[in-house]
Amino acid sequence: MANYTTIIGLEVHVQLLTNTKLFCSCPNRFNPDNPNVQTCPVCLGLPGALPVLNREAFKLSLKTAMALNLELARFTKWDRKQYYYPDLPKGYQTSQFDLPFSSKGYVEFDMPSGELKRVRLIRAHLEEDAGKNIHDESGRGADSQVDLNRAGTPLLEIVSEPDIRSAEEARLYLEEMRLLLLTIGVSDCNMQEGSLRCDANVNLHIHENGETIPTPIVEIKNLNSFRFLEAAIEYEVKRQLGQWEKERKRLGDVDAPKTTRGYDPDRGVTVLQRGKEGAADYRYFPCPDLVPVVVSEEELAAIRATLVEFPSARRRRYCDQLGLSAYDAQVIVNQGNEFAAYYDAVVAICGDGKLAANWTTQDVLRQTNDRRETLAQFPVTAEILGTLLSKVAKNELTIKAARDVFAALLAEADEEKPISKERIDAIVTEKGLATISDTGAIDAVINAVVARNEKAAADVRAGKQQALGPLVGQVMKELKGADAKVVRQMLIDKLSS
Amino acid sequence: MSTLMESTRELVQRLQSGETAVSLTQSCLNAITSRDAAIHAFVRPIADGALADAASVDGRRQAGETLSPIAGIPIALKDNICTQGVATTCSSRMLEDFIPPYDAHVVTRLREAGAIIIGKTNLDEFAMGSSTENSAIGPTRNPWNTAHAPGGSSGGSAAAVAAQFAPLALGSDTGGSIRQPASFCGVVGLKPTYGRVSRYGLVAYASSLDQIGPFARDVEGAALLFDVIAGHDERDSTSVNRPVPKCWDTVNQPLTGLRVGVAKEHFGAGLDTEVEAATRKAIEVYRSLGATIVDLSLPHSKYAIAVYYLIACSEASSNLARYDGVHYGHRAEKFSNMIDMYKASRAEGFGAEVKRRVMLGTYALSSGYYDAYYLKALKVRRLIRNDFDAAFEKVDVILSPTSPMPAFKVGEMSDDPLKMYLADIYTISANLAGLPGISVPAGMSSSGLPIGLQLLAAPFEEERLLRAARMFENATDWSRRSPELNH
Repeated sequence: MANYTTIIGLEVHVQLLTNTKLFCSCPNRFNPDNPNVQTCPVCLGLPGALPVLNREAFKLSLKTAMALNLELARFTKWDRKQYYYPDLPKGYQTSQFDLPFSSKGYVEFDMPSGELKRVRLIRAHLEEDAGKNIHDESGRGADSQVDLNRAGTPLLEIVSEPDIRSAEEARLYLEEMRLLLLTIGVSDCNMQEGSLRCDANVNLHIHENGETIPTPIVEIKNLNSFRFLEAAIEYEVKRQLGQWEKERKRLGDVDAPKTTRGYDPDRGVTVLQRGKEGAADYRYFPCPDLVPVVVSEEELAAIRATLVEFPSARRRRYCDQLGLSAYDAQVIVNQGNEFAAYYDAVVAICGDGKLAANWTTQDVLRQTNDRRETLAQFPVTAEILGTLLSKVAKNELTIKAARDVFAALLAEADEEKPISKERIDAIVTEKGLATISDTGAIDAVINAVVARNEKAAADVRAGKQQALGPLVGQVMKELKGADAKVVRQMLIDKLSS
Repeated sequence: MSTLMESTRELVQRLQSGETAVSLTQSCLNAITSRDAAIHAFVRPIADGALADAASVDGRRQAGETLSPIAGIPIALKDNICTQGVATTCSSRMLEDFIPPYDAHVVTRLREAGAIIIGKTNLDEFAMGSSTENSAIGPTRNPWNTAHAPGGSSGGSAAAVAAQFAPLALGSDTGGSIRQPASFCGVVGLKPTYGRVSRYGLVAYASSLDQIGPFARDVEGAALLFDVIAGHDERDSTSVNRPVPKCWDTVNQPLTGLRVGVAKEHFGAGLDTEVEAATRKAIEVYRSLGATIVDLSLPHSKYAIAVYYLIACSEASSNLARYDGVHYGHRAEKFSNMIDMYKASRAEGFGAEVKRRVMLGTYALSSGYYDAYYLKALKVRRLIRNDFDAAFEKVDVILSPTSPMPAFKVGEMSDDPLKMYLADIYTISANLAGLPGISVPAGMSSSGLPIGLQLLAAPFEEERLLRAARMFENATDWSRRSPELNH
């Protein structure tokens, strides 16, 4: 089998979360059940209608570019990309060709190996989405129909360099991109509804006899889930490898053009859509109906002021300032903005990052999953949990006691009792869960237990460590709320003196 | 005897002192009914709507409302200007059934001001042409001599005013399509500065050149109509937000110290001797009015036609891509697949000149040709503008013939598109440079056809342009002549 490297570049398409479309005031909403209701003369491409740029969409684009470390152009313009298709009512797509609003950026994310991966970006540009052709799927060959609700939706195209080396990297890249876009709030990134979708350009570099031979590039279109992206690339790598071994065609051979394939999730294979006979000629030219956009420093500063902490910076802060492991930081941040904000709020109250991380990534995640609740619905708010954990941090409660309180709070919530941080102290009192820090009291119980268990005490004194456990257990039984560690140490001290 | 012999100001006064808009509108409709069969200025008159609108204006006037001076005046619209609920065909088979669900911005302005929209006028299909012969419904005739063309592409609007079917009309000017037919038909035609009048609802031919403008019997009429349609519209991104002067109020104020530029490039080969003589005479008129005549050069104007046909056709090839038979407009009945549907619909829906320009533009924008054609044309366009910027440092207006010849005969040039293109030589530069320009009647040929004089001004100087044109009009009687009308 040939020695090879997989080469992948992704084109990510993101619909922006604006109220209205890119060049008209029609609502920007996913609405497949009522076709052609979110339309007007502009997005229908009626004669005489003219586009006007939605500045909000442009602002969201700038914000996204900042998050993707892209360089922002101070002057950008609009071009027409021309081709005929029924979902394209004007016969051209208003897009950006040679002067996109941003170029040269990167996205970084952690690999499972712990290695930091950087994927460079060539550019991001803003364009209008097309409508949707709806074909008769019954096989009876009825007419195809066109829904233009989507036509004119603001769409960002983010193009990466071919820096991605595996299907898994491609998925991680897209996951990081999605997290970033959700964090800054520019898109709902709903992949089922098509607000985040991607095309993958895949080929292989075959290493043979000291030579590196690139195979023809295949573009896999319209991948709309992380799973399909990964599976499609994995399939494609195997397919291209087999083809290489059979046909030995290289990139650039006249009989090996760039081809476009689609992914069939039912069969788990990619299917040839069309060969590209040379590059399609889109006859780009500057759109004479729109004026170029000049971006001012003030505008950029205003947008910069609205930026929240990016996921990569948040992970770094968790590791560097709160002492979390890279793994914990990743788990918290990758849950999304809402979860990380909950965590931040807990830390702010209890002051212990690791403790808060353990509780949020284990207890809170488990409970919200089991209860099928969002964080907003979850009854134990960050304020309640933070207050509870601050008692643990101050040794007023043991971890075990805190778990009991946590469970009791949830039980009360399930009985539709209002819960608040004030309930914590009441539950602690009712259940006698307070940590007994009065060493005199512990001492007295230890003395009594040792007296009742002469044999075990002698074994411990003789160096039999396994005899210690039952003694600790008996003390703990009599002393609810005592810290087992403290009890254990006091027993050791007593029996070794 | 027609009721439209008077000047625009007399017409306004008549309406303000008792004549009803209904009676004026009715007399226009009667004229169309009795005489338009010979001229064919209209694609369709709008009789019922016009009379209802006129009655409503009369009601408002009787109720004591203060109305715009244009209120009650009938106006004809070139049929590439969208009118809600009324077919807007662009004189193309492609759009013969297209009924816009909205009014163009200029139409909204006219309705608000109380102007009476009396009908839609013929044009070269999608405004591509200089004769109004390239129309799917057949050519319009010149009211001065029906064997001759009215010019184009706004030939229907020019002929409607010349034939006294309507005192005012709107056209659109992409390379001279208002000024050239105005000169052929002996009326006044104004192309405003690019960006002065909203293009919202004007069916695009070449977006960076198209501009809507008025036709009238005199300069005052052009000023009146310009005042109504000019001004910013946020629905057109290329519409410029700057104040619009009240030209109707100032048009009769002569300019003192007027500097009139005369460019040697405007008196070159191919210029008809009678047109040249009329233009030279006009120079003397200005001199006698106290103007200073300044000789100029516009060295890049020789490239204007080549640049124009590259840019206009490139934009047209893109603007007309939407007529594909999918969503609206003509769709072929017989086709075997999607590509075939596109081909057949467009082959059947478009006429020869439209196809020629779409093909030219598609070629010019193609990969490998873009830099040599479109991009180079944009650069030369800038040089042409620079020539004018330099010229307007020295002069207020530039005077030239509007067209190198009086109206040619119908059919005379239809086999030679290049010759027809060359007839736009004096008007095209203003579109490339975005300047305002006006054509005013300035003579008659020995065969009894009108000759037009063109004045160009710096961007947004319409007010001074109209005043300069009005000075000439008041000093001569060319605007007061009318063709003989066969009743």
